Amino acid sequence: MALLEVTALTKMFGQLRALDGVDLGVRAGTFHGLIGPNGSGKSTLLKAIAGAHAPTSGTIRFDGRDITAAPPFERTRAGLSLKFQITSVLPELSVYDNVLLALQSGEGLPSLLSSRTRRILDSKVMGALDRFRLANRADDLAGELSHGQQQWLEITLALACRPKLLLLDEPTGGMSPEERRVTGELLRPIRSHCTLVIVEHDIDFVKSLCDCLTVLDQGRVLDEGSVEQIERSRKVQEVYTSRV
Amino acid sequence: MLPLIELAVLAIMVAAPVALSGRPELITLITNIAILSLLAISFDLCWGFSGIMTFGQALFFGVPGYVIALVGRDLGLSQIWLTLPLAMLTGLLLAFVVALFLFIGRRPTPIFIALGTLTGSYAAERLVSGWQYVGAGNGLSAVKLLQMGSYEFVEGTEFYSLACVILLAVYLCARGLVRSPLGLVLAGMRQNEERLAFLGYRVQIFKVVVFSLAGMISGVAGALYSYHQGFIGPGNMGPGLSTQAVIYCLLGGSGTLIGPVIGTAVIEILTYVLADIDRIRQFWPVVLGLVLLGIILFQPSGILGIVVTTRERIGSYGLRRKGAPQQD
Repeated sequence: MALLEVTALTKMFGQLRALDGVDLGVRAGTFHGLIGPNGSGKSTLLKAIAGAHAPTSGTIRFDGRDITAAPPFERTRAGLSLKFQITSVLPELSVYDNVLLALQSGEGLPSLLSSRTRRILDSKVMGALDRFRLANRADDLAGELSHGQQQWLEITLALACRPKLLLLDEPTGGMSPEERRVTGELLRPIRSHCTLVIVEHDIDFVKSLCDCLTVLDQGRVLDEGSVEQIERSRKVQEVYTSRV
Repeated sequence: MLPLIELAVLAIMVAAPVALSGRPELITLITNIAILSLLAISFDLCWGFSGIMTFGQALFFGVPGYVIALVGRDLGLSQIWLTLPLAMLTGLLLAFVVALFLFIGRRPTPIFIALGTLTGSYAAERLVSGWQYVGAGNGLSAVKLLQMGSYEFVEGTEFYSLACVILLAVYLCARGLVRSPLGLVLAGMRQNEERLAFLGYRVQIFKVVVFSLAGMISGVAGALYSYHQGFIGPGNMGPGLSTQAVIYCLLGGSGTLIGPVIGTAVIEILTYVLADIDRIRQFWPVVLGLVLLGIILFQPSGILGIVVTTRERIGSYGLRRKGAPQQD
């Protein structure tokens, strides 16, 4: 059974049909890439799944539950976490406090009044920062990090919510080639406990990471399959070559 | 720097009644400052720490003030252990109801919140102004004295001491709150509400909690004011006092807790000093308006912003680590 099932999802922005009856199934334990030309609806689809955009019609089921109308906080608590395309770390808080904030989101109000909470979470915060090579920047303000490091912090925040499904919107946007390579290395180990849906323009990055791909064009699913199948797909080749 | 400023303010609060002994009018002034500081702190919790722009904080000050005046007049009750908790409960419940209306089931813009609270404050002022049972436009005077057993708190050093003890208790509780893990949630909420929702926080609940707590603090301030002045009137719940709370906080430095206390002292002392100069007294509201405008344009971090860095003001919430700027 698919961990995520999107059925006939449509999203209108005024007269613009950004998503047009999109179907998508993501199996647990897979890394699933969403690719397509600019304006094809990839980020809109991801935001609709995460709850940032309310769909005009269609349904979204996650882990066997209909979450189409659920607000973002409920989706996050259900195990669905989003890394935004534009970095939205909290710039005036330290890197450490950003991660602490994400980790303590599962605590109830009484726990949030107790200073024990931060003692309990300290090792987890440092562990999370260490995994994403940010431990030495823990006390710096998040707004002082380089763009690439802010992207890593974003991913750390999304993972700190202990998601079953992680949605990454252009995680390597604006990164140097070396930072992209490192990002790939950092993401691979999460496969053991997390499913991934990734929107990315860097096709080589997606191919190196994902098991299956869905290609979107003008708000519709153009094709889907394994990386090899998509590479051989005539429909996909036509779309990409005709737009160059 | 902030702890030093806090200690300096505490020292001044302790030394003031000794230095001003023999000047009862000045003891009255510093008592007023202590009481109004509570109102300013309640606004700071909303705006400075949580990003909730309330322009109607006086509503939760005036209504409890009226409640304890009525309880004294109609039931003859003014025991401290009964009436101050009653005022706190009144402020808490009233703010809770307003918060439910403002926050639950919607994503209000700051303008909606500002106008909503301002309208509530204005409507309450108008309602009370025409209600004979509560003294209409004249308000309620000759409020029964606050009692502890058979002891009565009259205006003077004793009332000042009581106001300071309550101010200190509220300050320490608020300080503990904003530096707890919950304070980190509030700091995040102030910076990017949407991000917090995507981290799994139900932001509206936190807004209701902090707004209600702020209402409770305003409530105890309103009760103290009513007892101290022996009077409570429609103006004590209207937009005028609400705006004053905003000015106290912004002038002193929002998001610091101690800044609003300093801002209250500066404004109230200036008001007292300039009250005898007719030409200035007439234009005092205009001067206050210009002060507010000046702060917003030129010194948004207030007086404390001159000596306290943004990093120290926001602070850090994790465990102490070597080299990190920390809060005490």
